[in-house]
Parts: sequence; C-alpha cells; structure tokens
Amino acid sequence: MKRDLEEERLRLTQQAHRAYLNERKRIRLHVRITQLTLLVLFFGLWEWAGRSGRIDTLLFSYPSKIIRLLSEMTGDGSLFPHIGMTVTETVIGFVLGTIMGTAVAVLLWWSPFAERVLDPFIVVLNSMPKVALGPLFIVGLGPGMLSIIGTTLAVNVIITTLVIYASFREVEPGYTKVVRLLGGSRSQEFRKVIFPAAYPAIVSTLKVNVGLSWIGVIVGEFLVSQKGLGYLIVYGFQVFNFTLVLGTLFLIAIVATFMYQAVAWAERKLVSTKQG
Amino acid sequence: MRESALQVEGITHVYVSERGASLALDDISFAIRAGEFVSLVGPSGCGKTTLLSIMAGLIVPTRGTVVFPETGSSPGASSRIGYMLQQDYLFPWRTILDNVLLGLELRGRVAEERREWVLQLLDELGLLQVKDRYPHQLSGGMRQRAALVRTLATEPDLLLLDEPFSALDYQTRLQLEELILDILRMHNKTALLVTHDIAEAVAMSDRVLVMERNPGRIRHELSVPDAVRLVSPIEARETRGFHSLFHEIWRELEDPDSKEGRT
Repeated sequence: MKRDLEEERLRLTQQAHRAYLNERKRIRLHVRITQLTLLVLFFGLWEWAGRSGRIDTLLFSYPSKIIRLLSEMTGDGSLFPHIGMTVTETVIGFVLGTIMGTAVAVLLWWSPFAERVLDPFIVVLNSMPKVALGPLFIVGLGPGMLSIIGTTLAVNVIITTLVIYASFREVEPGYTKVVRLLGGSRSQEFRKVIFPAAYPAIVSTLKVNVGLSWIGVIVGEFLVSQKGLGYLIVYGFQVFNFTLVLGTLFLIAIVATFMYQAVAWAERKLVSTKQG
Repeated sequence: MRESALQVEGITHVYVSERGASLALDDISFAIRAGEFVSLVGPSGCGKTTLLSIMAGLIVPTRGTVVFPETGSSPGASSRIGYMLQQDYLFPWRTILDNVLLGLELRGRVAEERREWVLQLLDELGLLQVKDRYPHQLSGGMRQRAALVRTLATEPDLLLLDEPFSALDYQTRLQLEELILDILRMHNKTALLVTHDIAEAVAMSDRVLVMERNPGRIRHELSVPDAVRLVSPIEARETRGFHSLFHEIWRELEDPDSKEGRT
C-alpha cells in the first residue's frame, strides 16, 4: 500500500520533470525558428528589392552580389591581408590596453597621493570622446599601424583603469587588515589580497575591452591606413562601391563576434581555474 | 607575582578628521602578566577597538607607549602580537590550510616543522578533516576557529581578541569560549579580550578592566576569584560568585556618572 504510494509519487515527479524539459525544448525550437525566419525574410526582401529595382542597387546593393564580390576577393587573395591587419591591430590594442589600464589602476591603488593628483585628469579624459584625438596620433606617431593602435588605446585604457580600480576599492578592507596585522607589506597586501579578490572583475573587463578595441581600430583605419577592414569601408565609399562597404560590414560582424566569443570562453576558463 | 608580559603606559589618543578632533582615549595604563587572560569591557564607542589597534601597532597613539618589558621593544606589527578580528576574514579563494598558513607565508617561512605545528593546531581545534575545504563550506564557528589557528600559527606571545564571538550564535559562542580558553592555557598564551558581553568577560578572564567613554578611560578593575576563574566558562556561569561580579560590572557600566562625564 505504502509502496504503491511512493511509486506513484516518483512517477509524478518524473512526469513533471519530463514535461518541463519538453516545454523548454519547444520554446528553444520556436526561438530558433523565429530567428531564422527573420534572417531569411530580411535577406530575401533585400535580394528581391535589389533585383526587381525597388531600391537603388548602386547604393544598397543586394546579398548575392555582395557574396559574389566577397568570394571573388577570397579567390584572388586580396581579402585576407585586410582581415589579418585589422585582427592584428585589434588584438595588440586589446592586450596592450588591458595591461596598461591594469598598470595605471595598480598605481592609483598603490599611491593615494597619485590617485588624488590624477583624479581630475582621468575625469576629463574619461568624459572626452577619445576618437577625437585621432589626428593627434597621426601627427605624433605617423600614418601607420602605430597611430591606429594609439587610437585604440585612447579608447580602452581609461575605461579599463576606472573599472579595475573600482574593483580594487571594493575589496573588503578586513582582508587587507588581516595581512597588515600579520606583518605583511603593501606589496604583499596587493599580491595576497587585492589582486586575487579583484581577479574575476579584471577578467570580466576583457569582454568590454574587445568591443572598445574594435571601435578604436576601425576609427583609426578610417583616418589613416592602406590596409584593413576600416580602410576597405572608406575606400568603397570613396569609389562608390557600396557592395564592398556592405560586404566589409558583414565581415566585421562575423570576425568581431568570433573574437568576442573567444574572449568569453577564455574568461570562463580563467575564472573557473582560479576559483575553487 | 609573575613578571608583566606587556605594559601599556599613558596611552592618550586624539582622533582627528576634517571636522575636528576628539579625545578618544585618555591616559590609559595597565599591565598584563605572562599567561594572564584579561578582558576589557565597556560601552560601545569607548575606544576599545582603538586601544587594540594601538597595541597591535596599526595606529600610532598621540601620546604614550606600549612595551614588552622583557625586551624593551614596542610591538609594531611584530610577530609577538596576534590579533583576532570580529569576523574571520578568511580569504574565500584559499583553502582552510592555505588561509591559516598566511601569516607564515607573509614572513616567508613555511618550513616543514612550522607546517607540522599548524597541522597540530588544526587538529586540536577539530579542523584537520576540513583543511582542504574552502571557507564558504564551513559553519561560522568553524571559520572563527580557523581564524584563531591563523592567528596562533605565527606563535604570538600576546593575543588580542576583538569581540571574536560576537558574530556567532549563543551555543557556538559558549563552545568556542571554552575551546579557546583551553587552547590558550595549553600553550600558555597571554590574552586580552575586548567584549561588551559582561558574562563572557567574567566567565573567561583572570581580570576584568571596565572602561567608560567620552573620553575613553579605565574606570574600574576587578580580579576574578579562583572559584570562578579556574572552572570552564560554562561552569563559571553557574558558580556562586559569578552573579555578584556580573552585577558589580553592570553597575559600573550603568552608573549615571559615566554618561555625564566626571570632568
């Protein structure tokens, strides 16, 4: 009698669980179908409007023409140098920006005097639209990769500094007090407490930094370059080849998404190995 | 009478801020003998924690000195003083063992024999089985015990206990009082406990110092008789002398004089 009741209950919970899983699966499927429909509808309409002459193909082109151009450029090998250049610049800008931003944050933490001195400058630099500094970089660093990386750093260093410094300050003061009470030095305070405690926050700024680095690089390439995806956009615009402009935008969307996902993956790895 | 392990002489401290200055501690003097357990009770805001911070060398007092008569040295943030905080502040990213080894690690001497000694302490406090766990996996009482091991690991001569039981529930608190007292006696440690719990002060101490506030002064001092002193903190609460001591301290804290100040 009692056993029957237990079995009955077990069956009921299992049933509820199965129903729940099925329901989730159904929703997931609906989301995917809707997303796909939207994409197909968008590109289909665009293609149709272009071919039937409803829109000006000189300005707006259409998907199959863009794909043809991209595959031609892939075929004759003229596309990859541009992608390679932009990716290289973005990665360098991203890595340097993260390192420099962290270094400045450490300096601010280390010396309260420096923090007070630099505070108004950081506020001004932060509120400024950094890309406006682009021409200065070109004059100072020459028309090449250096000024593009300079522009990228202008965009991402200050934000990195502010976010990481804020995460240093949020560390519970009790932890540093423990280190001081045990006779630890200021550098031990940093190495044993501040850095490990702020580590997850530092890692999470990486994702933001990728996006910012892309902005810096593309703007830099708009201003001065002979190679790169930003250059292709400006070039296409100047020769009125909007198929090239749109194709490049398409490429940027793909490459940037890929890079973002790579950083998100790295972030998960970095945090999970550190935190037990 | 045994020699004093530590002497506090004429500590006066003025707190300064942008808004002004206030006298936090006024001419505090007392001595603690080696192996003695002394409690400091007083209303909140009487400067108990400030006094401990001065003794630990975290704050430099406006006037006065803290000395170990034995060597004539002042403590600074030296290895001679161990400080236990109200909260455990165990680092969440370290295991219990790595947490308790922190003090030795900071001084760069995690030698094998030291490790042995820390493992023995963990064993004495019933933490050996959980040494590889992380703090969040432990109960509040266990965490505070781990914090005690971390403090004892550097073998301090004097322990400053800053309300280490106040964040715990009553039962854990009584158990921990007893355990800590046993450990301190076993290793012959000298300790100064700051608390606002009168019963805890009487049950654990050899001597109780009562403070008043505005400014912080030592108002009264009383020795706990052997009948209360020599039994465990839980038994002490049931001895006959306990309540009269409790009331004596209570009256001292309640005295309207202390609120109006006697200056």
